[in-house]
Amino acid sequence: MINRGNQDRGNNRSGNKGHDTKRAPYTGYDDLKEKMPTEVKAYGDHRDDGAIQLSFTLPMPCCEEAKIAAQTLVEKMGFQKVNVIYTEAMGPCFTFFVVYGCSDVVVDLTKIEVPKLDFPNYSYEQVNGLIKEKIGRKLVVLGACIGTDAHTVGIDAIFNMKGYMGDYGLERYTSMQAINLRAQVSTKQLIEKIVALQADAVLISRVVTQRDEHIDVLKEFIQELEQEKEVASNLIKICGGPRISHQLAKELGFDAGFGPGTKPSHVASYIADESIKRLAR
Amino acid sequence: MAKLNLDRDMIDSCRELAGDITHPMLVYINRHSTIAIERSVLRLLGFDDVMEGPDGMPYPVCNLITEKLDRKRLYHGVATFVAAIKKRYPRWNQSKIAEKFIRGEVNVDKLEEISAEEALLVLRPWIDRAIRHIDKMRYKKEEMREKYSSARTPLKYVIVATGNIHEDVKHAVAGVRQGADIIAVIRSTAQSLLDYVPHGVTTEGFGGTYATQENFKIMRAALDEVAKKEKRYVRLCNYSSGLCMPEIAVIGAMEGLDYLLNDAMYGILFRDINMKRTLIDQFFSRVIIARAGITINTGEDNYLTTVDAFDNHHQVLSSHFINESFAKQAGLRDDQIGLGHAFEMNPTIEDSIALEIGMAQLVREVFPRCPIKYMPPTKYKSGDIFFSHVMDAMYNLVGVMTNQDIQLLGMATESNHNPHLQDRFWSLKNASYIFHGARSLSDELVFSANGKIMRHARQVLDRTYKFLKQVSNTSLLDSIERGMFADISRTKEGGRGYDGVFEKSRRYFNPFLDLMLSGQNRGGRRD
Repeated sequence: MINRGNQDRGNNRSGNKGHDTKRAPYTGYDDLKEKMPTEVKAYGDHRDDGAIQLSFTLPMPCCEEAKIAAQTLVEKMGFQKVNVIYTEAMGPCFTFFVVYGCSDVVVDLTKIEVPKLDFPNYSYEQVNGLIKEKIGRKLVVLGACIGTDAHTVGIDAIFNMKGYMGDYGLERYTSMQAINLRAQVSTKQLIEKIVALQADAVLISRVVTQRDEHIDVLKEFIQELEQEKEVASNLIKICGGPRISHQLAKELGFDAGFGPGTKPSHVASYIADESIKRLAR
Repeated sequence: MAKLNLDRDMIDSCRELAGDITHPMLVYINRHSTIAIERSVLRLLGFDDVMEGPDGMPYPVCNLITEKLDRKRLYHGVATFVAAIKKRYPRWNQSKIAEKFIRGEVNVDKLEEISAEEALLVLRPWIDRAIRHIDKMRYKKEEMREKYSSARTPLKYVIVATGNIHEDVKHAVAGVRQGADIIAVIRSTAQSLLDYVPHGVTTEGFGGTYATQENFKIMRAALDEVAKKEKRYVRLCNYSSGLCMPEIAVIGAMEGLDYLLNDAMYGILFRDINMKRTLIDQFFSRVIIARAGITINTGEDNYLTTVDAFDNHHQVLSSHFINESFAKQAGLRDDQIGLGHAFEMNPTIEDSIALEIGMAQLVREVFPRCPIKYMPPTKYKSGDIFFSHVMDAMYNLVGVMTNQDIQLLGMATESNHNPHLQDRFWSLKNASYIFHGARSLSDELVFSANGKIMRHARQVLDRTYKFLKQVSNTSLLDSIERGMFADISRTKEGGRGYDGVFEKSRRYFNPFLDLMLSGQNRGGRRD
């Protein structure tokens, strides 16, 4: 998840002080380093009680046996002090459960390494200024929803001139030639476009994630891109979508991944920052 | 009950403006047909099989026929062509005609030119059979609705979307047992962009289940059965949109569906379907839908996912007026026009819930006889399913206190996955509690005169009038091109399916358009 703290451009309507449900939760690792424990267990109402709540469905009628089945299921997962606090029939063939249990599982935090996208947050004007000054030409940025995904909401929010949540879209940036190919673009077509336009960055959006189809499609893109020799080696590869994290993006071979709550200026700042860094290398 | 003290003259003026906007479009629509309309005519005439296509895959014969047919002949309407074959080979049935023609065994040049009058005579038995069947399905629904009195509004609408029709049935039945009144089977991703309707029972789909005639039949039978057990009629909904809009209307009519999402504006803006294509398709779809006693649901609610819901409600209301005008021209009655709007305001706005009440009441009062379809919050939902559940509760409260007719129940897990069985269960429990607990709230409450709710509602109506005026001065197609709706711009010749649009020749013939639109051949209305 990308933490964007409170860096809105300030032209949103009032009342933005409350919690914004779209934004990734504030993790605050940097500020709270001294508070970081070395290991954790789940927390109910006191340290190391290991309390966890579960809710699930079993495909069986609601009866005494169902309750025992739920209890056993959760015990088999390794939980202790299992308490089935609620059961209700959902039609004749299904039962719903709410269950509490305690888990002894401990996570060693010293072994966790999360790749994080680190770049400054520039304003619209700053991005344009920086690219003009340090690169001296417009960056070509391509966007598309590849595969069968017809949901262009995400890519449109980032590209459309008007922008999203009061934040201009990439099409408005004077320092970019931003082209949104929108939905139902095949991997092949997209790669052809990348070559033809000598793109500096490519953004792929995936909204539909049923059966992890998005992962297959994104992998396929990277594989085919590697086959294509005419693609500029410094092409910045970015993916985004409600179920995409920077970590997942890195695993799939992308340079960056943007999750829910991303604004166009975040993407623009990253592209500017990364392009300048690459130029320096 | 009228509460907002709206300016009725202004509402009338909005209706007139909508008429001015749709009139030139209807002139255009009348002069044109599309490949999808011709395929629908074939389906109605009984050409509902599949055959192997050029790539070795099975395709509906109606696709194979319309694609093989010389465009010049298609301009007269595919029914004219079928009638000419039928006249020459009176004993051939539909499969024989399809097979012979697709295999290239019909000498097309030897066929006689046939007038519309004669074509009607030749095809009359097939035409009558289709219309009788649609009427029969309609009466069956009406009987069921009378026998098992409907639930009180807002009707609880839930979606199923497993990809496997048999699994969908399980989810649907569980939902009905839990109180659902309407089951919508979400289609597989991108089915709207397929230029043919898949065939047969399907058990694989992405993000939904393919809309096929056989799948419709299976779900209809399952819902009728559970309705008998529950003594409550259950409505079935699907999607007549995309490149096969009129064909889905046909199979929906044939299989006794109750609701069809049907909105050209949605296809244009959100699926990039060519605007001319889908507006022409929409008209014929609605003629069939009107006859079949199906209620359309429109998709204006979607505008509020791309533009801000606080600032842009007038776009939704304007589009309602336009959609209503198109619907009436195609023969739909008020009670068949389910206009869609949504609870999508940013929850951090102060008084957002009060303002949502105002907007829901506004749509209710402007279209008092239409079954209004109210859509749940989606844009501001996240993985915090507990907060999402609270938003849905507020949405349900607003729905019942403003007398919405169709409440598409929100899911706490929206934006994460297609609803799990238990997600639907929480959601139904939430709605049942609130609808029951606040049943008379709408009768008990009045709004303070010149209060925040009333002022905002009047302002939106005022902006609607101005917006419609602007669209009327610009023309509908140009307004879309300029991105006036939902901030999405589409070009007149751009988007998918434009190559399927053609101008009708002078002897163009589509028996169903004429018969159904004039209400002829109708076995008495039941309402």
